[in-house]
Amino acid sequence: MLIYEQSRPGRRAFAQAPKAAPELSGIPQEFLRREKAALPEVSEMQAVRHYTRLSQKNFSIDTQFYPLGSCTMKYNPRACNTLAMLPGMLGRHPLAPELHSQGFMSCMYELREMLKEITGMHDVSLVPAAGAQGEFTGVAMIRAYHDANGDRARSEIIVPDAAHGTNPATAVMCGYKVREIPTLSNGDVDLEALQEAVGPHTAGIMLTNPSTVGVFERNIAEIARIVHKAGGLLCYDGANLNAILGKCRPGDMGFDVIHMNLHKTFSTPHGGGGPGAGPVGVSERLRPFLPVPMVARDGYGDYYWLTEKERPQTIGKLMAFAGNAGVLLRAWVYARILGREGMIRVAEYATLNANYMAARLRNAGFQLAYPERRATHEFIVTLKKQAKELQVNAMDFAKRLLDYGYHAPTTYFPLLVPECFLIEPTETEAKEELDGFVAAMQAIQKEAESEPDTVKAAPHALPVRRLDDVRAAREPDLRWIPGDRC
Amino acid sequence: MSNIPSELKYTKTHDWVRDEGDGKVTVGITDHAQELLGDLVFVELPEVGAEINAGDECAVVESVKAASDVYCPLNGEVIEVNEALADAPETINSDAFDEGWMFRLQLVDAGELDGLMDAEAYAEHCENEEH
Repeated sequence: MLIYEQSRPGRRAFAQAPKAAPELSGIPQEFLRREKAALPEVSEMQAVRHYTRLSQKNFSIDTQFYPLGSCTMKYNPRACNTLAMLPGMLGRHPLAPELHSQGFMSCMYELREMLKEITGMHDVSLVPAAGAQGEFTGVAMIRAYHDANGDRARSEIIVPDAAHGTNPATAVMCGYKVREIPTLSNGDVDLEALQEAVGPHTAGIMLTNPSTVGVFERNIAEIARIVHKAGGLLCYDGANLNAILGKCRPGDMGFDVIHMNLHKTFSTPHGGGGPGAGPVGVSERLRPFLPVPMVARDGYGDYYWLTEKERPQTIGKLMAFAGNAGVLLRAWVYARILGREGMIRVAEYATLNANYMAARLRNAGFQLAYPERRATHEFIVTLKKQAKELQVNAMDFAKRLLDYGYHAPTTYFPLLVPECFLIEPTETEAKEELDGFVAAMQAIQKEAESEPDTVKAAPHALPVRRLDDVRAAREPDLRWIPGDRC
Repeated sequence: MSNIPSELKYTKTHDWVRDEGDGKVTVGITDHAQELLGDLVFVELPEVGAEINAGDECAVVESVKAASDVYCPLNGEVIEVNEALADAPETINSDAFDEGWMFRLQLVDAGELDGLMDAEAYAEHCENEEH
């Protein structure tokens, strides 16, 4: 029920009401309302119950295990949020003069330095507002680099078929043609196909390492050699950075540009549409093209903004200010709390948890998509046998998991593995939680064999039953009409 | 195993091709392909008059699970598209080989048809892909 439907004239909720009417001076008369806004009128108890109930309907990381692969839906420590919200940080205006922003700017400078160290890149810009914009920035810089060299014949970006959909989309957004290359059955990039694909038309390659099939790309050094020899550059998708923090660095693998999803790897909740932060790191040759503004420190230890004036070859600005300040601050706090050793432990536990779960699920009879490979921070189970023999598919398993109190893993991605679950437990889950998930999978397997209809009609225990996503896509109806019941 | 009519030709990327004579062919995606994709919610077709090379992306089929490119099976010019699919993409799910046809081509070289797989070879191809 919507809160509007509980509304009756004259009811008031005093605890939730503003303490005082806000100051309205300065707003021109013609912009002021003539009538009161049609807000719901409910009692204090109704307001409390309504929003408490809504929060209980939420399936969230605070209440449930959330093993969404390729997304790193990990716990975001409260301390990061609390410290990023200190009044001085929260109240800082982005147009405040440098003199009044030295504290914030010192954090940003340090964050830049830490990200350089973590990734092995020569320089970092914090500007991009999210992962997709980070990717865009990466390829835009590759374009700027080739243009600056007068190398305009380079028209193609190579993308392995296991890539995130954003990779080819980014290449096209930057005016490139996408050249797809296959992945071998062991999860590595097909080097022969890569060798055939590169040439004077190659602008670069976009790669995720560990890849979206949850394994480390073992031939990365050879890939870098092949692409560089052809005159192309290597662009790293930072989606899976969590697996390698403090262990190995994209800069050392030969990448020329990388983007990091600070909102997944560095402690900002995500998945609700933002805001995010997608800083980019670059090798020496791409340094001049980094987006501005960037924080710098002068000889006196004072911080200042680098702009187009100091960086004439920059690809320019991507948003009004220097990135999403709150998300960047949380990342800085997170990195400071973890420190160098903590960072390594993140990667180790993320990887240990994934391999533990993969081994337990395999022993329970589930089929791993890449059984001969050690998993990184995530791994893939394929339910094609269940789909074929029991007519219970990955989506049915996913929906049934909800009844058992577990958020489903990523389903049907990557596309090249049929009926797949991409499972990423993350480093912050206890062994009991991982065991519980495995037990739920085993229980669902039994149900699929003995009472498949229960699984196929799931979920049964949630506020909303199985959604008709086909009808939702074919006949989208996004209006709410007063009196409508959902 | 899904339905594979013996009078049609097939590609590795799960298109079917029907020889209509005079160098004209009708193209769609196979029953096996629609089964893998699941319920379709959107179909993007090539433009009539477009000249397309074999192997080029020429259409898109989108299901609730994924969006996939459809690759042109042969070199030719698009002479007709199945406009009805715009409002009823589910036709491909219910009748992939008939009502669910996608577009018709005037081939550059009708002889190219011989290079495609027959039903038996396609069935084997699907079988291999599953392992």
